[in-house]
Order: sequence, then structure tokens, then C-alpha cells
Amino acid sequence: MVSFQPSEEQQLIRDTVASFAAEQIRPAAHEADEDGAIPGTLIQQGWELGLVQSTIPEAHGGAGEAISAVTGVLVAEELAWGDLSIALHLLAPRLLLYPVILAGTPEVQQRILPAFGGNEFRAATAAVMEPRFGFDLAELATTAQRKNGTFMLNGSKCLVPLAGGAEHILTFARNEDGTVSGFIVDKGAAGITRIEREKNMGLKALETDEVDLNQCAVPAANRIACDFPALMNRSRVALAAMAVGVARAAFEYARDYAKERKAFGVAIAQKQAIAFMLAEMATEIDATRLLTWEAAWKIDRGDDATREAVLAKHYADNMAMKVTDNAVQVLGGHGYIREHPVELWTRNARGFATFEGLAIV
Amino acid sequence: MIDFELSPEIARNRDMIHMLAESQMRPLSREYDEREHEKPMEFFEMMWNASKMSPVEFGGGRSAKKDGPSTRSLGSAVTIEELSWGDAGLYLSIPNPGLGGAAVMAAGTPEQKERFLARFKNGAPKWGAMAITEPGCGSDSAAITTTAVRDGDHWVLNGTKIFVTSGWMAVEKSEGFVVVWATVDKSAGRAGIKAFAVDHHTPGMTVAGLEKKMGIRASDTATIVFEDCRIPLGNILGSPEVKKTTEGFKGVMATFDNTRPIVAASALGIGRAALDYTRETLEKAGVKIRYGAPAHKLTTLERDFMDMEANLQAARLLTWRACWMMDQGLHNNLEASMCKAKAGLAVTQVTQKAVELLGPLGYSRKILLEKWMRDAKINDIFEGTQQINLLIIARRILGYSSKELS
Repeated sequence: MVSFQPSEEQQLIRDTVASFAAEQIRPAAHEADEDGAIPGTLIQQGWELGLVQSTIPEAHGGAGEAISAVTGVLVAEELAWGDLSIALHLLAPRLLLYPVILAGTPEVQQRILPAFGGNEFRAATAAVMEPRFGFDLAELATTAQRKNGTFMLNGSKCLVPLAGGAEHILTFARNEDGTVSGFIVDKGAAGITRIEREKNMGLKALETDEVDLNQCAVPAANRIACDFPALMNRSRVALAAMAVGVARAAFEYARDYAKERKAFGVAIAQKQAIAFMLAEMATEIDATRLLTWEAAWKIDRGDDATREAVLAKHYADNMAMKVTDNAVQVLGGHGYIREHPVELWTRNARGFATFEGLAIV
Repeated sequence: MIDFELSPEIARNRDMIHMLAESQMRPLSREYDEREHEKPMEFFEMMWNASKMSPVEFGGGRSAKKDGPSTRSLGSAVTIEELSWGDAGLYLSIPNPGLGGAAVMAAGTPEQKERFLARFKNGAPKWGAMAITEPGCGSDSAAITTTAVRDGDHWVLNGTKIFVTSGWMAVEKSEGFVVVWATVDKSAGRAGIKAFAVDHHTPGMTVAGLEKKMGIRASDTATIVFEDCRIPLGNILGSPEVKKTTEGFKGVMATFDNTRPIVAASALGIGRAALDYTRETLEKAGVKIRYGAPAHKLTTLERDFMDMEANLQAARLLTWRACWMMDQGLHNNLEASMCKAKAGLAVTQVTQKAVELLGPLGYSRKILLEKWMRDAKINDIFEGTQQINLLIIARRILGYSSKELS
């Protein structure tokens, strides 16, 4: 039965996260972007929402909630509405935990999961993207070769969130048979080097790193034989939902500004040139949210959601760029000044078309 | 619980209507596109008999407020997408109460509903129509100049209405009726606008001509002239009183919240026809759409096709949401305009792109793609142009009255 109504439980989570985003995340966003750092207290508060720990099975010290992509997109939109960098930071440990929960052996689960059930934020991440023109999820250049009970990883990764402090980096590499697996590289392992913290156009508050793998030996037991294409659909949908959140933030700011700002004796929102831009922005945001929900719903049913996830993300990439750009335009010269957040949202929005694997639902 | 699965009943109905669209409508498409103003009477008879068996809500379902949640509106949208996938012009010309029926349903008394709608349950095929637009006013329906003057037991109508869908069939070619918007008090502006149901063959009402159109040529678009046309007092829909407020006008406008998602659904059907045809043509030519391939590997054609697909699906989900809200008894004025604005534009873009992608084949009248492109454009115009719907959306999101944002 078709319904556009989240369950009561989902609505409760959504409301909780929305309040946190409005009261804690948004007020910190500007300074975090300028400083290139997110306050540790904020990350800790975010951790206490339980968004990461809740899906750890009870046997491993968690609340044992099922991973739901639909719940995931509701949460992702609200967090990213607050700030994209902070949202990605808070949810980064999921990049390791979800594949471990979904596809890890009992031994791996027992070794990894209990430490993430604690009261303090614990960093973990995944390395998917590679720093070269022509990056293709279907043809990762990072390789894993089996050698004496271990896997030797070789390659370069980029846009790895929190690589510096992560306890584990789930590194995706191509097996000898052409399939892709995730390999858990523990903190301090030999053969992995954090090259440098990246300087990007946006996401300035989030630590993302370039990482080199040179004969990095990973025990065979650390291989997660996950369904990589399905995992990437979870990433696409998560990022699409975040694009909706960023776009919604920009739309709301531009809408409120347009009602305040006077020109020729009336609010500029009373001019159709501005009003119609806002109307289109609102419509496209809603449309994209529904595409994202549909793709997430398909994932939760266990169906192949590749087409829906790809289309939702592609649509969301373009929509977020256009909506945030329009928001700058509505503010005119003021939109270009960093005192207003719309230029920050535009810089962040541009990233979506390039991001893969930075978040997961 | 968020869910995108159609109920088994709606899905079954969709499959049935799809077969009908493919076997009965597609073969007539080109013929009645070229033989404008001629009518496929056999097809009408069949649809008329079929609709008596399982009535389809062509004018949109009823609000759920009285009946509790239902799936009527969503069911109608799904059905109408299939019929329009078959042929949008033929769909629009199927005998049914139409927009006139929707107005009677929304604003009529039980007696009026009986008098004007019961006839659609039996006898020969009939049509209902709605007459709003005039030569001098379209979207600005408050500027209507057609007058209704009370004279004893009658209202006397005078004026000219244009762009009346199925107007010819409703008032001269069947025992149908037309709902006419007219002013009872020009000085009262919007508050003076009232809707009147006028029976077929009422003296003083004549069809003065039929438009020759870019598309949806199977559907007649009539000019109706009223010259001292006398109708019973009881034919006014709603109160005859001219209040200082514009409540009455708003009531009539609320009909659009029901009908806009239905127009959007029809648009989706045309868009899907074009998309399906394009997909099949590409498959035959060995072109595969590589979902998930990176930007540097995708061809322009793949990108265009994926844009078309996503654009259409975005419009479909907005449409389903507006219908679902109506079925839940929720106020959907904003969402109805969103889906109509989006679907009208999306189907225009999708069909234009499809003709472009298929090149000379797409441009040729040997296949139906060019016809679908011509048919599609009307969805960007009627039942509120894209711009009128953007205006409504803007007022809603900004909290402005029509005075504050005009």
C-alpha cells in the first residue's frame, strides 16, 4: 500500500535528529568551516544520539536495531540540513560498522563491534575513492593479492573521512578474480600511510585524507566479503538524502531572506522572478526526497536498487547544485559573502557529483 | 510506513487497463490524430459500457474527509496514466462526467448530483464539460465577463466560452451537460463568480466552432456561445449569495486540488509512452544504459536517457503523493500544484528529448513519438499553466495572499 508517512518510530528519530541539527549543528557550522575543525564536544553529543551504536547486534553490546535504509535517509537529510561536514563526521563509523554487521563473519563482528558500543565517539571509516581521473567503482585500481594467509593491498585512496584517527579503515580493493572486497586495516598497520589532510572546495570542517597503500598486509580474516555494488547503492542513497538536506537548508534561508529584503518598495519575494525560483526549488527538493525514499525502500526490501539509487543520486547531485546556486542568486551580493551560509552550502553541494562511498544507510 | 508498492487491486486494474490501452487505443492513435473532429464511436461505446461496470474517476476522486482514508485518487491516477499511455487525446474524449462532473461532485447538492450525474450510469454515451476560459481571460478566471442575471425562476446566461474540452460532445452530441463559470455581480470581483450547470441542448447555447490544435486532436475543444440562455434557478452550484469574502470562489478553485493530480497522471502516461518507445529502440540498436558508470564513461545518450527517466519518476512520485494526501483527507493544495507544474514540464521535456534522440525516425509521422510530443505540451498549459501553478506554490511556501504576490 502506497504511503508517504514514516512510521511513528521513524518520525520520532527524525524529530530528535532535526532538533539536534537545529540547536547544536547549525550554530557550529560556520566556525567549523572557517577553522577546519569540528568541536569535540559536538561530536560527542552527536554520538550520544545513538545513531551509530543502535544497529550493533545485542550479542555484541548494541541495541540490535535492524539497519533500515529508509530510516537512514530520514536521519541523513536532517543531519546534512544542519551541516554536511558534521553529518559525515558523525556517521563515518557506520562506513565500517554497516558492512561488518551486514556481511562480516561472527569472528570479525566479535572483534570489531563491541568497542563501538561505548559512550564515547570512536572513529572508523572506509576508503573507497581513488585520486585519479577516470575513477570507476567497477574498476578499482587498488588491488588485493592473496599471499601466505594474508592479503597484500596496493594503491591510493582519497576522500577518506577521519583517516588520521580511525581505529580501522575499511579499504575497498579489487580481488584477483575482479570482484571487490572490503579489507579492515587496523590503526598502526604497516604499509598504510596517511599522505595528507586534503584541502577541498567544500567539506572544510571534515577531515578527509589521502591514503597510500604499499604492500599493506591484512590478515585473511579481515576480509569482508560484502556485496560491493549493493553497498554502493546504500552510499548513493545516503548521499542523495544529504544533498536534499543541504538544498533544503539553502532554500529555507533564501526564502526567509527574500521575505525580509525590500526592493522597489516591496519584499523581493513578492516579485515573480524571485518567487518562481523559490517555487521551483521547493518542488525539486520534494521530488528528490521522494526519489531517495523510493530507492531506500527498495534497498530495505532486499531488491536490486541499482537503477533507483543511481537515478536518485544523479538527480540529487544536479538538484542540490542548482538549488544552492539559486539561493546565492536570491541573496545577490550578500550571497557571495561568507557571513551568510549559502556560499558554504554551494561549495558543499558541488561535492555530491564526485562523492562515492562517503556515507552509508 | 513509507511504501511505494501499489495495492494488489490497483496493480491488477493497471494491468487490465494497460492491455486495453495497447489493444484498443494504440491502433486508433494515428487515425484520430489525422481525422480531427471525427469520433471513434465504437471505441466510445466500448469504454462507456466498461465504465458502467467499473466506474473510473476521470475527474479525480472524492475527498476522504467524509469517507475515511481510501485509495480512490491514487487508483484513478494509475488508471489514467495507463489510458494516456495508450492515447491522451482518446483518453480525454472518453464519455464521462469530466471536469463538469468533478465540479458537481465538489460543490453540488445531493439533488444536483442526482440530476446531473445519475445519467452517466445508463443509456447512450454522455459527456460532461467545464467552461471557464473566455477569449479575453484564461488563467485570470476572476476576470470572467460571462454574466448570469436572475430573471424570475431562471438565470439568464450571456457570454462566450472557449477551450471547452469535450464541449461539443457534452452539449450537442449527447445528453450531457456543461458547468459554466459566470459572474452574478461584476463589481464584486472574485466573490461574484459562480458556477452553473447547463443541460445539453438548452436553447440559447450553441457550439460556435471547434479548435484545430497542435496535439490531442482526438479530443474536441469547443467554443460555446450563450445568448439569453435560460436555466433553472436550481442549477447554480453552491450559494447564489455574493459574500464580501471570496469563500465561494475558493470553493470552486478547490476543485483543482482534485483535478490537477489527475492531469499530472495523464502527462505521466504520455511521457512513459515516449520513454518506453525510446528504450525499446535503443535496445534493438544494441545500446545499453549503464547505470552506475562514472561520468567519463557515460555517453550523452545514456545521460539524456537517465535524465528522462529520473525526471519522469520524480513527477510520478509527486503525483502519487498529492493523490495519497487527498485519499487521506489531507489538504493538498500545495502538493497538487507541485505535481502539476512538475509533470507538465517533465513530459514536455521528455518527449522533446525523445524525438531528438531518435533523429529522423523520431520526427517522422510513421511512428507515434512526434504525436506524443505534440500531445504532451497541453499538460504544461491546461488546468493551470506551469506558471500559474508556480504562483500557487510560491504563495503557499511564502505565506502570501494573492494580493501580496500577484
